[in-house]
Amino acid sequence: MRLAARLIAIVLIAVIAAGLFGIWRIATGIPEVEIPAALAQRQPDPAHGAKVALLGDCSGCHTAPRDDSYAGGVGFVLPVGMIYSPNITPDSENGIGKYDFADFVRLMRFGVAPGGRRVYPAMPYPSYAKMSDEDLQDLFAYLKEQVAPVPRKTRPAEIRWPLTLRWPLAIWNLAFNPARRFVPDPAHDAEWNHGAYLVQGLAHCGTCHTPRNFAYAERDLDGATPLFLSGASFAGTSPINLRGNDGDGLGRWSKADIVQLLKSGRNPHSAASGPMGEVVGLSTQYWDEADLSAVAAYVKTLSPAPGQRPAFSPDETTLDSFLKGQAASSTGARIFMDSCSACHRLNGQGAVTAFPGLAGNPMVQSRDPASLIEVILAGSRLPSTEAAPSPLAMPGFAWRYDDSDVATLATFIRSAWGNHAPAVAPGQVTDVRNRLGLH
Amino acid sequence: MADPVKPVDVVIVGFGWTGAIMAMELAEAGLEVLALERGDDADTVPNWAYPKVVDEIAQSARNGLLQNLSKTTVTLRHSKDELAVPYRQIGSFKPGQGVGGAGIHWSGVHSRVMPEELRLRSHTIERYGAKFIPPDMQLQDWGVTYDELEPHFDRFEYVCGTSGQAGNIQGRKIEGGNVFEAPRSRDFPLPPLTDPPTSALFAKAVKELGYKPYALPAANASRPYVNSYGCQLGPCNFCGFCSDYGCINYSKASPQTTILPALYRKKNFSLRTNAHVLRVNTDSSGKKTTGVTYVDAQGREVEQPATMVVLAAFHLHNVRLMLSSGIGKPYDPVSGEGVVGRNFCYQVLDSINLFFDQNTYINQFMGAGGVGQAIDDFYGDNFDHGPLNFIGGGVIWGRQTGNGPVRGIPLPQGTPAWGSAWKQAVKDNYLHSGRIEAQMSNMAHRGCYLDLDPTYKDAYGTPLLRMTLNWQDNEQRMSEYIGAKALDIGRAMGAKSMAGRIIKRGTDWDTRPYQSTHINGGTAMGTDPKTSVLNKYLQSWDVPNLFVLGANVFAHGIGYNPTGMVGALTYWAAANIRSTYLKTPGPMVHK
Repeated sequence: MRLAARLIAIVLIAVIAAGLFGIWRIATGIPEVEIPAALAQRQPDPAHGAKVALLGDCSGCHTAPRDDSYAGGVGFVLPVGMIYSPNITPDSENGIGKYDFADFVRLMRFGVAPGGRRVYPAMPYPSYAKMSDEDLQDLFAYLKEQVAPVPRKTRPAEIRWPLTLRWPLAIWNLAFNPARRFVPDPAHDAEWNHGAYLVQGLAHCGTCHTPRNFAYAERDLDGATPLFLSGASFAGTSPINLRGNDGDGLGRWSKADIVQLLKSGRNPHSAASGPMGEVVGLSTQYWDEADLSAVAAYVKTLSPAPGQRPAFSPDETTLDSFLKGQAASSTGARIFMDSCSACHRLNGQGAVTAFPGLAGNPMVQSRDPASLIEVILAGSRLPSTEAAPSPLAMPGFAWRYDDSDVATLATFIRSAWGNHAPAVAPGQVTDVRNRLGLH
Repeated sequence: MADPVKPVDVVIVGFGWTGAIMAMELAEAGLEVLALERGDDADTVPNWAYPKVVDEIAQSARNGLLQNLSKTTVTLRHSKDELAVPYRQIGSFKPGQGVGGAGIHWSGVHSRVMPEELRLRSHTIERYGAKFIPPDMQLQDWGVTYDELEPHFDRFEYVCGTSGQAGNIQGRKIEGGNVFEAPRSRDFPLPPLTDPPTSALFAKAVKELGYKPYALPAANASRPYVNSYGCQLGPCNFCGFCSDYGCINYSKASPQTTILPALYRKKNFSLRTNAHVLRVNTDSSGKKTTGVTYVDAQGREVEQPATMVVLAAFHLHNVRLMLSSGIGKPYDPVSGEGVVGRNFCYQVLDSINLFFDQNTYINQFMGAGGVGQAIDDFYGDNFDHGPLNFIGGGVIWGRQTGNGPVRGIPLPQGTPAWGSAWKQAVKDNYLHSGRIEAQMSNMAHRGCYLDLDPTYKDAYGTPLLRMTLNWQDNEQRMSEYIGAKALDIGRAMGAKSMAGRIIKRGTDWDTRPYQSTHINGGTAMGTDPKTSVLNKYLQSWDVPNLFVLGANVFAHGIGYNPTGMVGALTYWAAANIRSTYLKTPGPMVHK
């Protein structure tokens, strides 16, 4: 071989070897966690830690319905297969009983469990990384001291090799987890910053509401761009755009509206359904007024998401048409009148705070109609909250209408009363019906 | 056989309106409360979900929401000289079953009482003399006054989100309300429902006749409403499926829509369904209840100890439990002695279908249970009974509760029962007909009473409750008089023809067609233990830690729908239990 070719071959091999060595270093590297002296000497506050657990909605994933607190067992469908949330009670064999604080920090900020095992970012540690040291310390103290240990083994994941390999997550982490603590913005007041801290960190709203990239990472963790909380397609549903758009976001909501929804699951514009209903039921209904106000204050400053978005401009034509007896000429209108108008009314405004309106409702207007389709097929039930104990429910209509009719109905709703959201195709309904197992 | 279980502070037998109200009140007072309900649980979704619940065959024809008579029923006879036979098919009255009880399938008419009705004996003597009372009429005062109950009427109306227009607020008469009503402390929580065509026609006609119409108070919310428990009601949309049906959209007041969501959040409350109470247990002295025995879903007998027992199982089962548990002296119509089963009353209902011409359009499919226009000009003692020689009166109303082909297609008299003429009559009349009714009081008579049947037993081996009741001369003449007034109104409304049922002298109680579920009496409240089972606080004279709720505590039948009174009495009893009994258990009234 010629000298030049040999040199090139040696360099290439060296580069590849170096690359492989680098990957091996990353894959097996354990992030360093240094506990500052002041923090080590601080007296943790487990009572405050209970509040932190509520703010972070740890129960939402780590407590199975009607089961022991934090004993795990909630299933998550991932692209690689099925995983189950672990037992995070202080049981020494099955939970976090053997963790020290550094172990806890390493998990919460980097997603690395004791022994170097990487957890899937279904556990939203890139968001929890923003937590303050003190909140982490108090949360740890709460879990260790005030939660009853449950001797239950974490249910094993159902994933097929080679997808069981965890070390590629180290590379994912390097690319997509900056693991930055929250930094207050001096341009905004304390309430805004507290709201930003909660939204970006503990409350991890972006986990559902921020769109993700090819590697399933949230496209903005810090609120630096208008992608943050601009709505997503996630776990078969379509969490709404929380930014300032009038048509499909919270542009027309007041701060008080946001607080009311988080407290009770219902407000003049909409009602929390599905997973958000669970968030209200397990977490936000118990928050202090100050925390709710801070979140509302922060969210109300989010600029509209750019690009082509559904619009809303209130319009009387749909109601007029109904009152003139013209519903029969449109299948969607006729289905709406038969099955929906008893509660949602012919003007699409429902009845506050009993039945949510559909006109200008961000869930109805989401570009991805998955949530709307799910509610039509399977119904929905509001959580019972201290502020509003009635768990009002809507029945499902999967048994009554086929995919074509549901698509026609959804399309009608998304274009009536001034709604302007894209039409729904029967295939989209089929996907949701199959996922729900409703036939 | 009986398994001992953890004692509770109070066991509530039955979990309909009275059970839910009392459970909430006592849970709020911090007691450990256990409710036992023989039927199943139920909630708006899934049990009354639209559109499946609006099934006339399942609900109206086959009584899907009502008591399962094959398990337990009653026997009926007109007088003690007859043999009583079982009520095997729902007819005259419609007892409920399950969590919510009759509060699920009621219409929602939510009235109060007239002050003089609560002291009708004294009032009648004052105005007409003692001789005015027929010898066999057991007319007696109730022992509680309207003023004592007023805050509790108000409370229950505000829990239900009742829609209406006050006619008298603290003595100030209000135009548009009921000019005859007793003073209210404040207006209704919601404005009246919009009048459907029948009600509007009724109001116009009665005004022309010089009467004073008012909007019937309706526990069907006219607006979205949140009550003091935080429970949410939605606005009624006049779907026409009230009576016999669970409400599809949280608009009719029921325990489920107004109380249970808040009650279920209380850790000191628990509920066992499919728990059929067999008897109230007492200690060896017979003066103290130790709890109840019930049959659970697996058919096992369970003894549930409790410090207090409350009977909230609806009129029929409350009275029967007293009798089969041996509490209180059973009434004997021959000697006139004894109290349990005494003063069993009902209500007298005259019903007139009106048929109009083609120009009067009435969409019969739409309606709401409580909406309507009514007059009290012939209610209670609002008119001079002197020349008439009967006691009692009633409300005349034009309601529109909704109708459908299975529930019944009223047609003019003489219409053939089938064929092309029948079809033509349906076409001509269905959208041009309405109904008015007179609902009247029923006094207590010596020969109308309740006891245990000597022959028939239910599925659990307990003797059935035996009803002995017929319309007496007093009620028949009242009905003739007021029924004639109703016919006048029908004519004034412009009816081309009228057809219906007016009870007259010689009319027996027909147990087959539905009349109302407003059976009452049997464990009367009162001031005298010789003529009452309960004192004014609904506490048993014999067993001070036993309280009995429901229309069975009435001393006689009133003309209004009794639910408002039943709820108010429950709140009244609960308030006094909380303020007095819990602090000093024992008799609250000394004989």
